[in-house]
Amino acid sequence: MTSGVHRARKRMHLAAHFPGVNNTTVWQDPRSGSQIDFSSFQHLAETAERGTFDFFFLAEGLRLREHKGRIHDLDVVGRPEAISVLAALAAVTERLGLAATVNATFNEPYELARRLASLDHLSEGRAAWNVVTSSDAFTGENFRRGGYLDRADRYTRAAEFLATARELWDSWPLDEEPRPFVHHGRHFDIHGEFTVPRSPQGHPVVIQAGDSAEGREFAASAADVIFTLHGTLEAGRAFYADVKGRLARYGRRPEDLKIMPGVTFVLGDTDAEAAERAVEIRRQQVSGQTAIVFLEQVWGRDLSGYDPDGPFPDVDPEPEGQVTMGRVRHGDRLATAAKWREISEQKQLSIRETVIEVTGRQSFIGTPETVAGALDEFVQTDACDGFILVPHLTPGGLDEFVDRVVPLLRERGSFRTEYEGSTLREHLGLRQPAESEDGTGLDNH
Amino acid sequence: MPAPTRPLHLAAAIDAPDQYQAAYYVELARLAERGSLDFVTLDDSLAPPAPGTGRLDALTVLSRVAPRTQRVGLVPTVTTTHTEPFHVSAGLATLDWVSRGRAGWTVRVSATEAEAGHVGRRPVAPPVALWREADEVADAVARLWDSWEDDAEIRDVATGRFVDRDKLHYVDFVGEHFSVRGPSIVPRPPQGRPVIAVDATDEAVHAFAARHADVIYIRTEDLDTARIVRRTIRQLAAGAGRDPDRLTVLASIQVQLIDPADAVRLAERIADWFRDGAADGFHIRPTAPLRDLGRLVDATVPLLQQRCLFRRFYPGDTLRDHLGLRRPSNRYARPQEASR
Ligand SMILES: Cc1cc2nc3c(=O)[nH]c(=O)nc-3n(C[C@H](O)[C@H](O)[C@H](O)COP(=O)(O)O)c2cc1C
Repeated sequence: MTSGVHRARKRMHLAAHFPGVNNTTVWQDPRSGSQIDFSSFQHLAETAERGTFDFFFLAEGLRLREHKGRIHDLDVVGRPEAISVLAALAAVTERLGLAATVNATFNEPYELARRLASLDHLSEGRAAWNVVTSSDAFTGENFRRGGYLDRADRYTRAAEFLATARELWDSWPLDEEPRPFVHHGRHFDIHGEFTVPRSPQGHPVVIQAGDSAEGREFAASAADVIFTLHGTLEAGRAFYADVKGRLARYGRRPEDLKIMPGVTFVLGDTDAEAAERAVEIRRQQVSGQTAIVFLEQVWGRDLSGYDPDGPFPDVDPEPEGQVTMGRVRHGDRLATAAKWREISEQKQLSIRETVIEVTGRQSFIGTPETVAGALDEFVQTDACDGFILVPHLTPGGLDEFVDRVVPLLRERGSFRTEYEGSTLREHLGLRQPAESEDGTGLDNH
Repeated sequence: MPAPTRPLHLAAAIDAPDQYQAAYYVELARLAERGSLDFVTLDDSLAPPAPGTGRLDALTVLSRVAPRTQRVGLVPTVTTTHTEPFHVSAGLATLDWVSRGRAGWTVRVSATEAEAGHVGRRPVAPPVALWREADEVADAVARLWDSWEDDAEIRDVATGRFVDRDKLHYVDFVGEHFSVRGPSIVPRPPQGRPVIAVDATDEAVHAFAARHADVIYIRTEDLDTARIVRRTIRQLAAGAGRDPDRLTVLASIQVQLIDPADAVRLAERIADWFRDGAADGFHIRPTAPLRDLGRLVDATVPLLQQRCLFRRFYPGDTLRDHLGLRRPSNRYARPQEASR
């Protein structure tokens, strides 16, 4: 790939992820505030808007995670329903995009399309939907419909769901009367009249998070943004080339789909100080108890008798054991276990030190100059189009980034100095969707 | 004139056909707040209010209104027939969080062919069956609100535990129509449980109202009808083991306040009905919302205040405070306190 020598500087896109319900979020720190009070959401959103970010992002989980048959109690837990919080945030922000993660399995198109179109009206064109597809029976126990979709079906349902939502959005054209819609498909068989006129963005922005081949294909066919986890330059470039390469088949241009990995960062006055802070944060993220839980997930068995500050367990993993529910599964657990043990032995690390070493190290660590330079390199060399930043503290975790890194990105000409448009589509440089010809929604797949 | 011992309650509908701007709803809710009304309502369903017209999702609109208001209660309609009880519970708990304790829920069923066609999961059913199911939904939703004890979050650095999982509860609701495992993904909201309201004009709703509702609307222009329905529901509630004095029965009336004399007449009507015991207050449905609410707040309310019938300021911060309702104890908390 060429590295962009002959082209204009790419402008990056930035989003702020509200700290999640996992061990990335540090709650032991005295500066850690409420994960549920509206003031926390307001602070983080206002910070993101001060930094002229593209959007603010909320994740979703529809069942509390469990470990060894009990509710997991070591991480931050409990969060509000995304669309309602974002509607409230629309009242205290003016330009910031507002992205809600909402599951395509445990919702129905009419209802969700309506809520998203409502959010788009109420925010004057700032709504986005992150389409997720998890659908295990465990989560299904909270729903009338239960959980029943296998892997392949998750994406056919998600794709048909999104197509149906767009038919609904298109069924009431701008400045016209609503038209009846009809959709007969494999997953949805609905007809009638939508209740929300075309919203400012036409269609809310669609984000896709999911990494399998099916997920990438779905994103290439239908999403505006893809939320990834590829945190290194090499993996990012490979992913970028792969996903952008899939677009032409759908008549889409490379700029029609933005690639934004979720990343973490640690700043300091010197690179050494940042590195020290990073180590300290990792220790907060992986307490002794959390280290044992990580190990149990990979080993598939109870290891509570082991001392987290002691040596690695000598027992073997149980290949069929599953001790954790409600989180995305690791790949090949036996291979992971072997790798972890090897690192522990080689470096003479305790259980906790090993887990700190092998899980979730921060993506960008250094002075504001170092971090700005590294972020820019990712964007200019096509490892991504921007980032979804995941702070480790609620609600102040983004303050320092906005105060110290954003000005440097602006100086480099790699990030906007002020909002140029008013809708999220405009921030992301996405085209307004065309109005469909007849709006009957008979075209379905 | 001596003031009656029970307080008068006033609420207003802020429904407006074909209004899609946040500013419009914010203005109406702030008007209501200026008149220290208990709450505003916004109706909803999974179908257009009339063919060729539209409306936004009510829960989303009132969430948008919340940060722009301080005291007034916010009561959207959320339907129970085609929706997931788990989402209903989380959405309303969230409205309570973003409004800092001002959320209510007007329960409504979806009884039309149109709504069934929009969702495509099940055929229409008769109202009696739908209200039986709504009964289960309200039960499951309230259990989910209680599924986190208020002090479940402990942030105990010594043991590394963020929550005390003994204070998070599976609700294990199993009804005739659905089951829900729980616990909620949302911590218990500020009011413990948002206020539940229902339009009980139709007899099919009486049993539901008696079991679940804190606030009941009766749509009638006739004083006797209001009195009779109020008495019936209070009796049913007592039969269900509830204190009837905890119910707020509001006569829901359509008004049109074209000139100042209309506002005076409305004040007289409110005073008469209230003294007569036909209602605990009124749910005002304006015909032209900005005009009618403006007159209500600037003319009718001051007259009621002069007669010491209506308060001059909010007694507290939450909708429960306005309605004189205690924050409910948690059914899962030990030791078990008296509930409701
Ligand atoms: C970066 C990223 C973020 C995700 N966020 C969520 C989320 O907030 N809620 C959720 O239910 N699933 C989430 N998922 C899970 C995906 O929807 C999907 O179920 C999962 O990645 C498995 O699909 P795949 O095999 O295509 O990757 C996320 C996935 C990725 C990669």
